[in-house]
Amino acid sequence: MSTQSKGMSWVGRSIRRLEDPALVTGRGYFTGDLAAAHWVRFVRSPVAAGRIVKIGAPESAMVITAANLASVKPIAPLLHKFNYKPVAQPILADGVVRFVGEPVAAVVAASEQEAEDIADAVVLTIDETAAIVDGRAALAADAPQVHATVPGNVIVEGAHKTDGFDAAWARAHRIVTVEARSHRQNATPMEPRGGHAAYDAASGRITLTCATQMPHLMRTAIADLIGMAESDLRVIAPDVGGGFGQKMSLAAEYVLLVWLARQYKSSFAWREDRRENLIAGFHARDQYLTLAGAFDADAKLIALKADIIANVGAYSCFPTTAGIEPLMAMAELPGPYDFRHYECRARGVVTNTCTIAPYRGVSRPVNAFGLERLMDKAAAAFGLDVVEIRRRNLVDRFPYTTAYGLELDEASYRQTLDVVAKAIDLPAFRARQSEARAQGRHLGIGFATFCERTGYGTATFVERGMAITPGWETVVVSVDQSGLVEARIGASPHGQGLRTTLAQIVADELGISPDMIKVVHGDTDRAPYGWGTFASRSLVISGGATLIAARKVRTKLLKLASHILEAAPHDIVLEDGTAKVIGTDRSVPIATLAHEAHTQSHLYDGIEPGLTDEGFYDPPGTFSNACHVAIVEVDIETGQVKIEKFLVAEDAGRIINPMIADGQVHGGVAQGIGNALLEEIIYDDTGTILTASLADYLPPTARDVPEIDMHHLTTPSPNSVTEAKGLGEGGTIGAPAAVINAINDALVAFGVTIDEIPATPQRIRAALRNLSSPSPLWGAEKGGV
Amino acid sequence: MKPAPFIRHVPKTLDEAVRILGAVAAEEGRVLAGGQSLVPIMAFRLAKPAHLVDINEIAELGRMSNDGKMLRIGALVRHAAFHKPVVDNPLGHLLAAVARAIAHYPIRLRGTFCGSLAHADPSAEWCLVAATLDATLVAHSTRGARTIAARDFFQGIMTTALAEDELLAEVRLPLLAPDTRFGFNKFSRRAGDFAMSAALAVYRLQDGKMTDVHLGVGGAEPSPRRIPEAEAVLAGQAPGDTVFRAAAEAAAQAVEAMEDHQTSADYRRDLVRAVVRRALEQSA
Repeated sequence: MSTQSKGMSWVGRSIRRLEDPALVTGRGYFTGDLAAAHWVRFVRSPVAAGRIVKIGAPESAMVITAANLASVKPIAPLLHKFNYKPVAQPILADGVVRFVGEPVAAVVAASEQEAEDIADAVVLTIDETAAIVDGRAALAADAPQVHATVPGNVIVEGAHKTDGFDAAWARAHRIVTVEARSHRQNATPMEPRGGHAAYDAASGRITLTCATQMPHLMRTAIADLIGMAESDLRVIAPDVGGGFGQKMSLAAEYVLLVWLARQYKSSFAWREDRRENLIAGFHARDQYLTLAGAFDADAKLIALKADIIANVGAYSCFPTTAGIEPLMAMAELPGPYDFRHYECRARGVVTNTCTIAPYRGVSRPVNAFGLERLMDKAAAAFGLDVVEIRRRNLVDRFPYTTAYGLELDEASYRQTLDVVAKAIDLPAFRARQSEARAQGRHLGIGFATFCERTGYGTATFVERGMAITPGWETVVVSVDQSGLVEARIGASPHGQGLRTTLAQIVADELGISPDMIKVVHGDTDRAPYGWGTFASRSLVISGGATLIAARKVRTKLLKLASHILEAAPHDIVLEDGTAKVIGTDRSVPIATLAHEAHTQSHLYDGIEPGLTDEGFYDPPGTFSNACHVAIVEVDIETGQVKIEKFLVAEDAGRIINPMIADGQVHGGVAQGIGNALLEEIIYDDTGTILTASLADYLPPTARDVPEIDMHHLTTPSPNSVTEAKGLGEGGTIGAPAAVINAINDALVAFGVTIDEIPATPQRIRAALRNLSSPSPLWGAEKGGV
Repeated sequence: MKPAPFIRHVPKTLDEAVRILGAVAAEEGRVLAGGQSLVPIMAFRLAKPAHLVDINEIAELGRMSNDGKMLRIGALVRHAAFHKPVVDNPLGHLLAAVARAIAHYPIRLRGTFCGSLAHADPSAEWCLVAATLDATLVAHSTRGARTIAARDFFQGIMTTALAEDELLAEVRLPLLAPDTRFGFNKFSRRAGDFAMSAALAVYRLQDGKMTDVHLGVGGAEPSPRRIPEAEAVLAGQAPGDTVFRAAAEAAAQAVEAMEDHQTSADYRRDLVRAVVRRALEQSA
C-alpha cells in the first residue's frame, strides 16, 4: 500500500480489505481447523415434543446426558419488562424434548467419524406428546403447552397505544389493511457453528475457540452456567465464516464443550454439520403481522394499528431473549413514516420448533414488508402512484419522534425515494409494463422505503428491559516502539471488514497508512471487554471508540512532538508516519516518538510513560435509511419470479470505505431476495422439519441475484462521532418488501394479492389458479390467467 | 455428515466388478461411479452400504461408441462428456441441450449418465431422455448380461429393475433420423436444481407433419415416461400453437402428479402443462 499523500484522507476511500489476502488464499484460521483429542457428536431429538423414557447407549461408549450435568445451570436469559415468562433451556434435554433437533445426549469419541457412528447407535425412547408448530395456532385455548411456566404459550407481550388514538382512528377517511405472513428462515452462514475447548494443564484454564460474534459474552455466560471463574476461561473467535446474528446467541453445545474440557482435562471439539445447522442452529423471521392504517382524505396516514405474533420457538435465546423479535417489531414498526397515532400488540409465542434468534434485519424485514404493502395498497385505494403515496407520508423534519417514541436523527427519506424514482423513470417503466402485458408478459415494480436503527448503545437495551445491556464498546490503541499501531477492540467482526475500516479511521488520526495498523479482536485475553458484532453497531460504536482512543493517542503524540520539535502542538501535523512542523522541514518519525514515550518520558514535562490509550463509546443510536426498487417478471404459468432490476439508494451517513459499504448492501439484498422468494424452513404438523438440507432449503445463488444499481446519499449523523451510521442490515430489510410489492404490481390485473413470503411459485400459482377459468393457458391469451 | 463405515473395492475390470458385487450385494453392496447422488445420501446416512464397488478404474466402462444405429454410453461416461454433441446426429445435439440443464458444472464433471439412470431420481434429466427415446439398458452380473427396456427399467422413485447384484454397464440410445426435431424444457426453483417438472419432445417432421412422436415427462410422476395421450394429439399434425397447447393440456391431465408438502398435484400439473408446451415450442 502506498503511503498517504499530503492532506488526503484514508476515510472515504475504497481501499482493499486488509483481511482478504489470508482468506482468499486459504490461509484463514477457522474453529474447524483445530485438532482435538476428542470429538463430540450430539444425539438430537427426532420428535418435536415428548418425555424421554430412555437413552440407550452402546456399551463402553462415552455418552453424556443431562444426568451428568447436574451442576450446570440451564440457559435462562431474563427480561424485566413486557410480562416476560422466564424459561430454562437445559444444556442437554432434561426429561423433556421440545423441538426436533434439541440436543439430548453428547457422544464423545476419538474421531468425528467414530462419534457419529456411536451416535447413530444410540437409541432414544421418547414418549411423544402433542406438538404445536404454528405461532398463531399456539394461541388457541386448547393448544399444547410448550412450557409449564408459560401459560397460553405467550412468553412475552408488549402493548402500545398513543393518547388520542381512538379519536384519530375515528377521523379516518379510509382504512387500509394488510395481513402479512413471513415464514421461517435460517441465516445459513457459510460456516456452520462449531467449538473447540481445550484444557491447559499449566494454568488450569480452558480456551474455547468457537464461531461466535460475541466472545466476551460467551465467556461471561459459560463461566456463570458452569460455575467457574470467568478469568479461567479464554474465548477465541478466530476467522468466522459469517454469522448474521445466528452466532451471537449462546449455543448450548459450547457450554458442554467447556464442561467436558474442564471435567476431563483434555480437548473436545464439535463441528456442526449443515443438517444440524438447518434444524437446530437457530431460526428466524417466523411472524404474522396484521396492519390497519387509517388515512385521511389526502392519503396521509394518521393512525396505525398493528398485531404482531412472533413464533419464538422452543426456548429463549441468550442474551437477547425471546423478546427480541416481537418487541423490536413493535418499537420500530412506524419506520420512516410520519404519523402520530399508533396502537400495537406484540406477542412472542413459544412452540415446538427450533429457537428463534436474531437474524440480519431482526423483525424489520417483516415490518417493512407489512408497511410497504400498506403503502402500495393505500396508493391503489387513493389512485395515487407508489412514489407519491410515500412522498406524502415520509418524515421530512428532524429530529423526529415516532409514534412509538423513537427519535429519528437527520436522514434522507424523501431524497432516497426521489433518487431511485428518477433513476428508474417510473413513467417509462409503466409504458414498458403495459406493452409487455399486451404480449402476455407480466412485469411489476416495487418500492420499499425504510429506516434502519443502528449503532444503539446501552439505553436502548435498558428500554427493552434486558438484564444484559450490550450497548457500549471499548477500544485500546497502542503505538509500539517500531511505530506500528495496534487497535484492540471488543467488537468481533466476522466478515464485515472492520480490520480495514477501523484502520482507516486510526490512519487519519495518527498520520500513518492503514497497513501499519493491526486491529486485534476475537480473543478475550487480548481484546478489552466488549459486546461483539451484531445489530449494525460495530462501525458506529467500536469505530467511535476507535476514533476517541486514536484522538487521545494523537494528542499525546503532538504533545511529545512539540517538546522534541520545539513547536506548538497546533503547528504540528501527523502525516506520512512523521510529526512535522507546518511550513518547515523539521520532523520526527512517529516510531521515534513512540520510543521516546516508552523509554524517555522522564525527560518531558507532563508526559506519562507509554503510548496507549483507551476510547469508550456508548451512543444513543442513529438511523440510516434507504429506498429499494425491484423490477420483476412473473411467469404466470409457473409462478416463477425473475428479478430483472434492483436499485438501492442508501444513506448511511459518512462512508468510511465505499467498497465495503456496497458489499454490505449487496450481501443484504441477496439475503433479502432469498427471504422474498426462496428460503423457507418448513415443519409438518407434527413438528418434523422438512427442509434439513440445502437441496430443500434454498438460498439464492449468484444466478438469482441481479446486478444492483447503487446510489449513495450522505447525511452525517450528529449521533455518531465518526458521522457514520450502520448499514449491515439494510439490504435484508428493504429487499423483501420491494420484491413482494413488485410481484403484486405485476399481478394487479388479475386482482390477486400475495402477502406471504417467501412468495414461492407454488403460492403465486395457487393464488392465480383460484381465479382461473378451466385452462389457465387459454385464459392467458384473453388477458386472464 | 460422515458416512457409516464401509469397505471400498476397486476392481480393474467389469468382470471383477460384477464378481465383487455378486459377493457383497446381499450385504448392502452398492456401485460407486460419480458419487454425486450416492455420496450425499451416505453422508446423511440415508444409505449405509457396507461395501462400495468403485468402478472408476475400469477403463472399458469409460467408452462411448456408435455403430450408426445406436449410441452406446459406458457406465463411466460423465455428464460433461455431452456438453458438445458426441455424435453428428440430432441425438448429439439433444444430449448437449439436456446436459447443460443438469445441476452445476462441478457435478457434471463427476456424475455419470448410467449412474443417474441407476439412481432413478424421478426428476433426473437423463432418466427422462432414456424413457422418451426408449433406451435399452444393459445390466451385468455373474449370471451374465441382459438388456432392459427403459419403460421396464424405471419402477418408481429411486427404484429400478436392476437386481441388487447387477451393474448397469451401458445404455444404448437410438440415433435419430436427420429430420428429427426436439425440444427440452425444465422447471426448477433455481438454475441447477432438481426439475419439478421437465419435458422432452422428439418427433420427425415429414411433409410438414409431426410423426414418430415421443413426448416424455419427468419430475411429475415417480418415474419419467412417455405420455401417449399427448403424443396422440400431436401425431400427424403440423406443429403449431394450438396443437402444442392441446398436447400440453393432454399431458397435464394424463399425469398422476406427485404431491409433497409444498407442491400440490394441481401445481405439478400446471408445471407439466407449461414445460410440455415450452418444449414443443422450442422444437418448432
